[in-house]
Amino acid sequence: MGGKLKNYNIINMLIGFVVVAFLTPAIAFADDIIQVPAGSNAQERLQEALILAEPGQTIQLSEGVYSLTDGLSLDVQDVTVRGMGMDKSVLSFKNQEGGSEGLLITSDGVVLKDFAVEDSKGDAIKAKGVDGIAMIRVRTEWTGGPKATNGAYGLYPVQSKNVYIDGAVAIGASDAGIYVGQSDKIIVRNSRGEFNVAGLEIENSYNADVFDNVMTNNTGGLLVFDLPNLPQQGGHNVRFFRNKSYGNNTDNFAPEGNIVGIVPRGTGMIVMANENVEIFENEFSDNDTMNIVVASYVDDFDDEHYQPTPRKIHIHHNKFGKSGMKHDTGEFGTIVKETVGAPSPDIIWDGVLPIVDYLFFGQDEDDQLAIHDNEHSDGVRPYGNANMIMHVLAPFLHSPDFDASAYQKSYPSLPPVTVTIRGKPAESLVQ
Amino acid sequence: MNAFLISRFVSLFSGFVLCALFAGTALGASQVNDRLLMGQKPAARLSEYGLFSGPGLEHPDERVIRYTISNPLFTDYALKDRFLYLPKNAKPASYQTAGVLNFPVGSVLIKTFAYPASFKDLGGPLRKIETRLLVHKKSGWVGYPYVWNDEQTDAALKLAGKRLKVDVIWKSGEKGVISYAVPNKNQCKGCHGDKEKRLAPIGPKIRNLNKTNQSGSGNQIHDLIDRDYIEGPKRDTGDMPKVPFPFNPEEGTLVDRARSYLDGNCAHCHAPGRAADTSGLYLGYLEKREVHWGLDKPPVAAGRGSGGLLVDIDPGHPEKSILVFRMKSNDPGVMMPETGRSMIDKEGVALIEAFIRQLD
Repeated sequence: MGGKLKNYNIINMLIGFVVVAFLTPAIAFADDIIQVPAGSNAQERLQEALILAEPGQTIQLSEGVYSLTDGLSLDVQDVTVRGMGMDKSVLSFKNQEGGSEGLLITSDGVVLKDFAVEDSKGDAIKAKGVDGIAMIRVRTEWTGGPKATNGAYGLYPVQSKNVYIDGAVAIGASDAGIYVGQSDKIIVRNSRGEFNVAGLEIENSYNADVFDNVMTNNTGGLLVFDLPNLPQQGGHNVRFFRNKSYGNNTDNFAPEGNIVGIVPRGTGMIVMANENVEIFENEFSDNDTMNIVVASYVDDFDDEHYQPTPRKIHIHHNKFGKSGMKHDTGEFGTIVKETVGAPSPDIIWDGVLPIVDYLFFGQDEDDQLAIHDNEHSDGVRPYGNANMIMHVLAPFLHSPDFDASAYQKSYPSLPPVTVTIRGKPAESLVQ
Repeated sequence: MNAFLISRFVSLFSGFVLCALFAGTALGASQVNDRLLMGQKPAARLSEYGLFSGPGLEHPDERVIRYTISNPLFTDYALKDRFLYLPKNAKPASYQTAGVLNFPVGSVLIKTFAYPASFKDLGGPLRKIETRLLVHKKSGWVGYPYVWNDEQTDAALKLAGKRLKVDVIWKSGEKGVISYAVPNKNQCKGCHGDKEKRLAPIGPKIRNLNKTNQSGSGNQIHDLIDRDYIEGPKRDTGDMPKVPFPFNPEEGTLVDRARSYLDGNCAHCHAPGRAADTSGLYLGYLEKREVHWGLDKPPVAAGRGSGGLLVDIDPGHPEKSILVFRMKSNDPGVMMPETGRSMIDKEGVALIEAFIRQLD
C-alpha cells in the first residue's frame, strides 16, 4: 500500500511538474511584469515586448547592455519600462541603423525608470503628444564626450501634458540634455546635466517647476526660451528654484543653425522671451561669461502672434558667486563684455524692446523685471542693462545702465505646479 | 483571447503551431473574407483574407481594384502596387477635395512593395518584399505588415517589423544590397497617425488620384465612381484638383512639381497635428505661409540635422538649405524622411535642388 501510494505521489508530482512547465508561459502572459533580459536579438525582443505590452504592465529590463540597431517605440498607455539602475541596464544605440531617436513614446501615462539610453543617433528619449510621462532615475548619454555629432536632446518630452522628470542624468547632448518643449504642467527636479550645450531647457511651455537640479560643465546651465512659428508658443509661468548652475564653461558644440548655438560658453542661465518666470533660491557661480541674462528673441521672425520680449521676470533670493571674468569670444559673449564689462553683472538685461517702445515709451511698468533680495559677491554689480540696441545702432552713444532701482519690486509668487499621471500625483511614482 | 495575446502566443511558440493550423485551410480562397478582416485578430498570413488568389497571390479579387497616385513616397526605389477593396454594397467614399477620402468601415487599402530582379528590366519578374494592409474596422483603421516568404507564395504577419537585406541590380548593372526596414506597428502610426493619434490612410486624395488610369482609357477617379468606390457625379478632369507627377515637366511648373513631391514625401509628418509639427515646418501642397513651408525658416530642434545650415530653404541656394542636406543624408540622426528609406532619392534631391535654385 505504502509503496503504491508513494509511486502514485511521484507520478502526481511528475504530472504536476509537466503541467506547470507547460503552463509557465501562459502564466507569464497574465503577469503584469514582462521580463526582457539583455542578450542576443535584443532589438526584436524588446520592440516586440513594447508593442505587445498591455496597459498597466511593466517591461522589466535586466542588468546588461542591450545592443540595438533601430529606434524603439512605445505606443501603449500606462506601461512602465523599468531597469535595474541607470548604470546597470543600458540601451545602447551605438549600432543604430534607423530611427531618429533611441526610444520614442507616443502613449499616455508611461513611466520610465532606472535605465540608460546611450549613443542614439538622434534624440535619446522623446515623448510626443502624450498626457502623462514620467522619467525617473533615467540617464541619457553620448559616451564620446561633447561632440557636434551627438544627438540633439537627451530627455525630450514635447507637446505633452503632465511631464515629470526626477533624478535624471543627461550627458553630452548637442542641444539640451533635458528639454521640455511646447508642453504644459511640468516638473523637473533632482536631475543633473553635464557636458551638454544646454543643461536643462524649458521652451514654449506653460506651468513648469524646475527645482533641486544641478547643472555644471555645460555651455549654458538653465534656459527658458520661447520661439516663433510653432504650434504652441507664448511660454509662461515657469519657476526655477533651488537649482545650482555653476562652472558651465564647455565650448558651445551645437551644430550651427540651431538656436542653442547662440549660448555663450560660461552661461548660468538665459531667459529668452516668455512671461512670468520666477527665479529664486538658486545658486549661480563660476560661469565664465555671465550668471543670468534676460533677453529678447534674437532673430528676425514672421509671426504676428509672437511676443519676442521677456515680461514679468522675477529674480529673488538667489546666491551669486563670481562669474563673468573670462567671456566667451563668440558674438553673444563679446557683446556682453563690450557692453557691461568684466566681471559681468550677475543679472544682465539686453535692454531690447520693440523699437517704438525702445525710443519713446520704455517697457510697460507691469512687464518690467523685478529683482530683490539676491546675494552678490563683493565687487560685482548686481545688475546691468546692456542696452544692446544702441550698441548696434550707434556704438559711440552707447552706455550701459547699472541702476536697478526701478526694478526693485516684487511680483506675486507663482503657484506650484501639480503633475498628475495615471490619476495620481506624479511624485507617488518615484519608488 | 485578444490580438495581443494571440500575437504573443505566436511569438512564444515561434509561430509554428498556428501557422500549421492555418496553412492547410486558407490557401486558395478566392472570396474576400470580410469576417476575418473585421475580426479583432489579424490573420497570420496574407492569403487567408482572400484579397488575392493564385499560387503567388498574383490575382486580385474582383473587388480589389488597383490604383496609382501622382506623388508617391520614395521607399528605397521599391516598386509599389496599390489596391483598394470595398465590401459589396458598402457606401462609397464621398467626393471631397480637402483631405484623404473617407472610405467606409470594411475598406482595405493594400500596398505591396517589390523589387525587380534588375532595374534594367522593370517589366521582368518582381520579388515581393512586404504587403501592408490598412483595414478600416469599426473601431478605426489598423495597419498590418506582411512579409513575403522566399518562395513568394504567401506573406506572414510581422507586427514587430524586420530589417531585410535585399539584393538588387541597379540600372547601371551595378549590384547592391538594400537594408530594407519593414516598419513595426508603431512606425506605421509614426506616419499614419492623425490629429487624434488614430491611424488613418495618407495616400488616396482626389488631388493625387486625379490622373489617367493604367490602361490609358480614362480618368482613374471616373473609374472609381463607376465602380461605386467614390460617390458621383463625375466631374470633368479639369474641374478636380490635381497634383502633378513630380518628375514629368509636362504636368506642371517646377514649383508645383516640387511642392507635389514634398507633399507626398514629407507632409504625412510635416503638417499641423502630425508627427513633425513640433518643428513648425509644414510641407503640404496647400500650405500657403512661406515661413511654414520652409522659406528662410530657422530650425527648431534639428540638432545635427541642421548640418550647420541656418534655414530650411535658402532661396537660390540648395547647398545652404537644410531640406536638401537632410534629403541627401542616410545617417539615421540626420536623414529625412526618418523612416522608410536607407537610400537617397537622387531624382527627388535633384528636383528639390532645382526648385530651390530658382527661388528668390
